[in-house]
Amino acid sequence: MADVAKRPKRVRRRRRLSRQQEQRRQLLRAGLVTLGLVILQPLAVLPVVRRWRSRLRPPGALEEKTFLGACIKCGQCVQVCPVQAIVLADMNEGMGTGVPYIDARKQACDFSCDALSCILACPTGALSHDLKAKEEVQAGLAWLARPDACLARQGKGFQGKARGAAFRGRLRYEEVDRWNPIRIRDHPYDREVCDLCVIECPIGDTAIDLVPFVAEDGSRGVTPEVRKGCVGCGVCEMICPPDPPVIVIEARARPGSGLHRQQREDHEPGRGRRRGAGEA
Amino acid sequence: MGFRNDVAMLFGRAPRKPEAVSDAAEILHGRKRREHITQLLEEIRDKPRSHAWRNRRWAVLISVNLLFTLSFWLDIQLVEGSLTASRFLGFHLADVYSSALVMLAQKHVAVNLVIGSVTIFVLWGLIGGRAYCSWVCPYHLVAEFAEMLHVRLANLGIVQDHAFHRGVRVLLWVAFAALALLTGQTLFLTLNPIGILSRAVVYGPSLALLWVLLLLVFEVVYSRRAWCRYVCPIGLTYGVIGAGAPVKVVYHLEACAHEGDCRKVCEVPHVLDLTIKGRAEDASVDIGPDCTRCGMCVDICPTDSLRYEVKGLRNLL
Repeated sequence: MADVAKRPKRVRRRRRLSRQQEQRRQLLRAGLVTLGLVILQPLAVLPVVRRWRSRLRPPGALEEKTFLGACIKCGQCVQVCPVQAIVLADMNEGMGTGVPYIDARKQACDFSCDALSCILACPTGALSHDLKAKEEVQAGLAWLARPDACLARQGKGFQGKARGAAFRGRLRYEEVDRWNPIRIRDHPYDREVCDLCVIECPIGDTAIDLVPFVAEDGSRGVTPEVRKGCVGCGVCEMICPPDPPVIVIEARARPGSGLHRQQREDHEPGRGRRRGAGEA
Repeated sequence: MGFRNDVAMLFGRAPRKPEAVSDAAEILHGRKRREHITQLLEEIRDKPRSHAWRNRRWAVLISVNLLFTLSFWLDIQLVEGSLTASRFLGFHLADVYSSALVMLAQKHVAVNLVIGSVTIFVLWGLIGGRAYCSWVCPYHLVAEFAEMLHVRLANLGIVQDHAFHRGVRVLLWVAFAALALLTGQTLFLTLNPIGILSRAVVYGPSLALLWVLLLLVFEVVYSRRAWCRYVCPIGLTYGVIGAGAPVKVVYHLEACAHEGDCRKVCEVPHVLDLTIKGRAEDASVDIGPDCTRCGMCVDICPTDSLRYEVKGLRNLL
């Protein structure tokens, strides 16, 4: 710290202030700091800062606004996730600084912890302890954002590594190793009709299935259909071979989301379990 | 003046001259005539400077923070989480003020946070409140380096320290809590450099470090140790928690040369106001609760008049 042995040799002194003047200045500076805080605070509650972008939150996350306030930003959920799907947001997300989210395309939640570990780890209940099973999660909702690119709809199969040789994402394949997720690139596929989103869905056919459909030109084929059971874990988005993916997860309860009206009607009724719901 | 004055000083009251001093202190003060002081200063002139406590403290601070990192990276699961909330061998630990903010914002009592906060409260109530600041807080460490730079530049006359009224820390403490309650959002946790640094140490660097850098630049060019002295509500909370802690730095009047080296290195120099000639109320006085027990004064004191002590332990031994 201060090299106190050496006295300052030459100190340019400004006007010497009286004790009273110095005290008045100290008060003034203190006042300015407080004023700064008052100016800063509205920024934090402005929607534009708070919802810089809509993020897929970990399983059990409360309604977005409540969630941001309830999270203590410790990252314990990050630490317990076996596939490290959860990451912490940075400063560019306003009030979301240090708050966890999932980038499903990079690494989705595959529930390979089998116990909703992130919820158990959360000390504040920002990830609601009310959830007991993965089927109760409502993290987001899958939908076909680019149906024209879908291999199944085109009648095509899929052979090879779903996301290429460089992709680092992991998934648990129960038939390979019940306990440890492996890299997707180490598990090549050979499907006559591409149905990766369906076969890898941790929830099963209550969430997504391949169903027959009739295209605009009258030809018949199959298409993935997202169902009420979808919890929004993002595995379908992660595994979908085309890039950008055909199927993506929309975070729930986001006003003006791109959900098709039909899908919205399919999914919304009777799903009022979320604490603090009522947005959308 | 005693305990109440100590707490009032924690909340921003300026140090005062004592109204009355004990007989023992009266005698010691009376003995310190000019010749005596000159002789004391002569004796201590070439005393080598020690960094023993600082080095120990840095070692502890770095180890504690590395423990968080290693727990995650090596998956040894010793302390999971970061400094705002964590689990030590499965037991909840939670920063008291951060927990309070989250519960105010959520308007919901989270049992795990209460358990974690109480544990931390008891722990630092014993070790000594703001010892958290100097022995654990990662911002304290980087702020120390910024302070060295500030002092060097100030000695060259390039920068000048601008003090704030210390009462602003109480005002901000209340304001951050009130905002959490009113808006449901925890603004402080977004700005908190301790959380940002602790998360960076565990989970890797972030853009938010730029905010920490900005604070450090402010401290270098405008106001020495501004965050720790005038802003940090976490520090204030630990100050209150440790107000009655047995671990203290204690001032002994007898050998003191009143040369004031301690006040020059102190993060919170108002607590050392009693080392000014004639200010000590008694032959030995405990340093008040704003003291971070960093030991800089213990290291620099040429007459060993400032020492760590554990109250009640001397009687036991």
